[in-house]
Amino acid sequence: MTDATESIKEPHTTTVSWYEFATRHRASIAAAVILVFPLLMPFTALAVNILIYGLYALGFNLVFGYLGLLSFGHAALFGTGAYLCGIAIVHLGWPWYAAIAAGVAGGLLMALVIGVLAIRTRGIYFAMVTMALSQCVYYLFYQAVDLTGGENGLRGINVRTIDLFGLRIDFINPMIRYYVIAAFVIAAFFVMSRILASPFGAVIEAVRENEMRARASGYDVTLTRLLTFVLSGGFCGLAGALQALHLSIVPIEILHYETSGLVVMIALLGGMGTFFGPMIGAAVFLVLENIVSVWTVHWQLIVGAIFIACVLFFPAGIWGTLIARGKR
Amino acid sequence: MAGLSFDLIALQLFAGLALGAIYVLFAIGLSLIFGMLTVVNFAHGAFYMVGAYVGLYLISIGGNFWTCLIAVPIVIGLFGLAVERVLIRPLYGRGIDYPLLLTFGLSYVMVECVRIAFGKTGYPFDTPEVLQGAVDIGVGYFPLYRLFVIGATAVVLLALWLFLEKTSFGLIIRAGARDPQIVRVLGVDVSRVWLIVFGIGTAIAGFAGLLAAPLQGVIPEMGGTILAEAFVVTVVGGMGSIGGAVLAGLLVGVVVSMTSLFAPEMAKVSIFALMAIVLIVRPQGFFGRAGLMS
Repeated sequence: MTDATESIKEPHTTTVSWYEFATRHRASIAAAVILVFPLLMPFTALAVNILIYGLYALGFNLVFGYLGLLSFGHAALFGTGAYLCGIAIVHLGWPWYAAIAAGVAGGLLMALVIGVLAIRTRGIYFAMVTMALSQCVYYLFYQAVDLTGGENGLRGINVRTIDLFGLRIDFINPMIRYYVIAAFVIAAFFVMSRILASPFGAVIEAVRENEMRARASGYDVTLTRLLTFVLSGGFCGLAGALQALHLSIVPIEILHYETSGLVVMIALLGGMGTFFGPMIGAAVFLVLENIVSVWTVHWQLIVGAIFIACVLFFPAGIWGTLIARGKR
Repeated sequence: MAGLSFDLIALQLFAGLALGAIYVLFAIGLSLIFGMLTVVNFAHGAFYMVGAYVGLYLISIGGNFWTCLIAVPIVIGLFGLAVERVLIRPLYGRGIDYPLLLTFGLSYVMVECVRIAFGKTGYPFDTPEVLQGAVDIGVGYFPLYRLFVIGATAVVLLALWLFLEKTSFGLIIRAGARDPQIVRVLGVDVSRVWLIVFGIGTAIAGFAGLLAAPLQGVIPEMGGTILAEAFVVTVVGGMGSIGGAVLAGLLVGVVVSMTSLFAPEMAKVSIFALMAIVLIVRPQGFFGRAGLMS
């Protein structure tokens, strides 16, 4: 699962390929694309969804693509972020920026709890344990009706205007909402790019490539895994918090294991272990969903079939395949 | 706690065993497939669900429950054979995650196909007439059908044990689970063995789905819930260990049943707490070999 990695740098050649250029300026390119993106979409709500799920997949990809561990429990991280953001607004009356911070903290903390338990197992166990633990989180939030609204979801996250340095910004306007959320997503892209370019980012990939060698080189493999999982939780928590603000409600389905499966599909479709893959996967997946839903209600059948075809014939994903061409 | 007599607890224990029996059947199929093919079958819940629906269909066209007990595992097993041959076989040697991802996609397709064929809402599933009612088991009256579930599970386990321990094909399966390369060197067609093991595992899943149907009714989503719970069973029992799956399956059933007696709202969460404890104390599970999962 490791053939498509951007950050393995080729020796410098005189001609700079588009691929090398894209790697060096990856966060800026992502920012530029995100800024013009809503102009290409049929409606802004879809563009906002793509941003949020792209961010969710970006966080997931840190564990799946770069660390090489398949997690089937990321819904718990995404969902906890959304719920904590919602609870901070509905029950505690916190301002929107504090609520987003609460969401990120929730994602980090939940990732720490799940990570400490799941990191004890390795390989294929990891997928099963993370899935089971996220199912446990689902039941816990389902039961805590007073706090989460249980089956009905958490309602009443009404953020109409947001105050920014004395400016009152209308959060209801879809275009403005898009750019507010985009600001967070772009910031997340820069942070992610920085993490991957750092020595720690290299250790993450070293652990994926060869655990024994990483350990022999003196790196604490278990700690690296845990830390990466927790970082991933922060990104997913942020995505969840933005989702809560965007939807004004947190449905309990956000914690369902299908939300975990969704991000696996998006990451694989876009190209796991690549920087742009998750966002491209989210865009293709959600646009496709929008088109297919018009003529059939059985969208899940198409999703499953596409996913099977991806696994069988197209495991590098869209961006991964393009990179493989670009490197040639 | 005055109302909680010894009899009530004993009855609840039996109810837990009946529930556990379904977990056991589900988990041994999962464990058998993993132990042999190192494939985590995420579609196992979907096979279980389709098993229940095939039973529902056969009864609606005039079959009875007893013919279903034979026909459903055969149908699901054949379907499993086809899935292994066509979809999973190309993925061997491409990393342990790919078959898992593929079966996950497959479960979406299977669930949606059942929704198209039978509708999104669930159906009740009648308990066969002979097995309705309750019998006195010494501590009180216990539903006959649940007793039958425990008995049927014991029969399947015994048959599987005899097959694995006493037949030459079972010997090959056990050898293949230990070291497929040596088995291949000895001239055994391992891919054929894997095919058959996948068929057996899915057949047992279909059988479990049929047995569970009269207890809970059938809905397209019934496989998803039990899949997560069966993962708990395999983690607690030790992945790839059939003995572990039996013990852990019964234990999980009893834990669910006991917590629903004392703290009903915690029943679903309790088994995950059990898993968390096992992960901290003994990460490889009861019967798992340390380091097997690396």
